Amino acid sequence: MGAMTDAFGWLLTGANWAGAAGAGRRLGEHLFLTAVCLAVACAIALPVALWLGHIGRGGALAVNISNAGRAVPTFAVLVLLTLTPLGGHGELPTIIALVLFAVPPLLTNAYVGMREADRDVVEAARGMGMSGRQLLARVELPLAFPLIMTGIRSAAVQVVATATLAALPGGGGLGRIITAGFNTYNTPQVVAGAILVAVLALLVEALLALAQWRFDPMRRRRRPVPPRGPGVPRRLRMPAARARPRPEPARRP
Amino acid sequence: MSERSCLTANAWVCPEYVRSRSQELLDATAQHVGIALSSVAIGLLVALPLALLARRRKGFAGPVLGLTTVLYTVPSLAMFALLMPVFGLSASVVVTGLVLYSLTVLVRNILAGLESVPDEAREAALGMGYGPWRLLFEVELPLALPALMAGLRIATVSAVSLTTVGAIVGYGGLGNLIYEGMDTLFKSQVLTASALCVLLAVVFDVLLLWVQRRLTPWARTSRTRRGGRRSRRGAAKGLDTAEAADAREAAGAADPSGNRTVKAG
Repeated sequence: MGAMTDAFGWLLTGANWAGAAGAGRRLGEHLFLTAVCLAVACAIALPVALWLGHIGRGGALAVNISNAGRAVPTFAVLVLLTLTPLGGHGELPTIIALVLFAVPPLLTNAYVGMREADRDVVEAARGMGMSGRQLLARVELPLAFPLIMTGIRSAAVQVVATATLAALPGGGGLGRIITAGFNTYNTPQVVAGAILVAVLALLVEALLALAQWRFDPMRRRRRPVPPRGPGVPRRLRMPAARARPRPEPARRP
Repeated sequence: MSERSCLTANAWVCPEYVRSRSQELLDATAQHVGIALSSVAIGLLVALPLALLARRRKGFAGPVLGLTTVLYTVPSLAMFALLMPVFGLSASVVVTGLVLYSLTVLVRNILAGLESVPDEAREAALGMGYGPWRLLFEVELPLALPALMAGLRIATVSAVSLTTVGAIVGYGGLGNLIYEGMDTLFKSQVLTASALCVLLAVVFDVLLLWVQRRLTPWARTSRTRRGGRRSRRGAAKGLDTAEAADAREAAGAADPSGNRTVKAG
């Protein structure tokens, strides 16, 4: 517990936050890297996944890419990229590695979300004469939203974690506080850096979970259907599952 | 002579490196396997009672799943750094961290597996006079085995990949070689160690798949017919079955994320 007290002491010391290698600057770097790489990865992965899910192809690719992402060590990729000629370009190896590791969860979850969209509803929408584009935007996308957001959440957590590791081959970010502490045998600093990283990861996860709940287009509709009246037997009530996936445009045109 | 020169030229691929440092590579691989496997084994031993407790008491399930998810979210470097003051610079730091990560996947998958046991099977066993323990070990756990093994595969592959980060405390198996190669800009060492890491993960994954096939011979016949449908149902319900967890994480996940979740950092 002494280590924790010392770590909080480190965090409460203003001098540790100031300067070119201070925690404030490192936090800024970390947030910048996370935001940029998450945005780039979303821009690459989501259109591909949504399109593949819409046309129903490439399922094996979407799942296998996720398995491969798990088997390849992040640390190894970071070091390998740093040793290539790319290593001379500042944060470029870090950015490439972060995007690479953010793509699999985005791709897989969005693809699965599109495929898991209730087939009955999709068929009904198609039967109503919706075009492919309308189907994608008004039916499949709202239904896939929770899983797409789950993908963004795990990608964000992944990016925060990988950005921390980027400090080992010399990249910026909060991991530098930890590695610098290790190099100078400064345990309070190591623990303080770890606390900052852990809190940041949990905050990012919590914020995105909140956003997922708040912006879910189906949130209002997902509540269980209230009983029709006191006398209606349970099995005659409208099942909640049937009432749930009825998107806005499914109403009569 | 030409082979000697690949060391001096610092080439990416260098058979001479593998030949001259085979002992070092073997030692690192042994440490890597030891750390990864012992942490998954301990994780399984801890996860099983946790999952059983969570199933028995619904009030216990929320906190267990919540806490393991929170632990899963913590980046690996931070996890090892936080455990460092507790254990000092030792392999326990890495093993403990990996155990905590594996809990998320394992507890979720064991729970999902136990919940997928058909009530008919349970009632039939009870009717035949099975006690609670015999019911658990002879009926419920075998039927939960596919989900459990899927979780075990995810946990093992993540553990093999995350062991490399243990290099920060000096116990990273092949990660130590990557770390060393990073400092000395030794390309072939980094590439060889990285490739061995991926190879280890793939070998364990295939091995566990084989074990699963051997342990559940009854699943083989119906596999091709029902596999697709079952996976769709699991994910649609938002359950963390093997396939849904696979989709997450995926998760990583971290995750677990996970979640899936893919946990690679």
